[in-house]
Amino acid sequence: MNDVIEPVKKQILVRASAAHAFRVFTDGIDRWWPREHHIGKSPLKRAVLEPRAGGRWYSVCEDGSECEVGSVLTWDPPRRLVLAWQITAAWQYDTAFVTEVEATFTVQGPKQTLVELEHRNLDRYGAAAAALRKQLESKGGWGMTLEAFAKAAEEPS
Amino acid sequence: MVFERLARRPTSVAKLASRLTVSRPAVSQHLKVLKDAGLVSDHREGTRRVYRIDPRGVEAMRAYLDRFWDRALAAFQAAAEEEQET
Repeated sequence: MNDVIEPVKKQILVRASAAHAFRVFTDGIDRWWPREHHIGKSPLKRAVLEPRAGGRWYSVCEDGSECEVGSVLTWDPPRRLVLAWQITAAWQYDTAFVTEVEATFTVQGPKQTLVELEHRNLDRYGAAAAALRKQLESKGGWGMTLEAFAKAAEEPS
Repeated sequence: MVFERLARRPTSVAKLASRLTVSRPAVSQHLKVLKDAGLVSDHREGTRRVYRIDPRGVEAMRAYLDRFWDRALAAFQAAAEEEQET
């Protein structure tokens, strides 16, 4: 549980200027955001990233409801963007849970941009799991603890 | 570690409930929270549902995100190259 989880790192070469690539990544997020990655109950209609530091990152569902994904931490067009991805392992948006997604746009030629992406702080999924475990263990309301679980599980059948 | 010990011995809801002084629904509810958090997994054995701790919870999450960003960036590349600036 204490192991450091490596960040997810990707890079892709785009045949477009950095400004254009940055714009498509942010303003144009709805054009490429995978439809199946969606935590709402109703199908995803539109992905939205507000173009400023502190901006919201959310999706609009077919039924009109909105689901938060996170927010914009750093807005530095056309070079760098840092987003807060705040979806927990239980697929819930949680303001107290933050992992970072950083995208950098590096000019390689007149119409060539290297886009590098890093999704980091993934060990926080483990930390969140440990925190939940602690919470459950200390919560009398559940009527049992994980120690009791373990004890019951260890008794011979 | 509690979780490591549990991981060695998968257990059904009925068996857990019978050994604890709580109702079976309470056990099920507790397990659901743990499952939603990726801490336990379950599978069916005959008519029973058997739970075990999932030690790969965090790695599974990372693997999911790794695949997710592959798909997302491929779609992003296509979108960025499809419509050039004027």
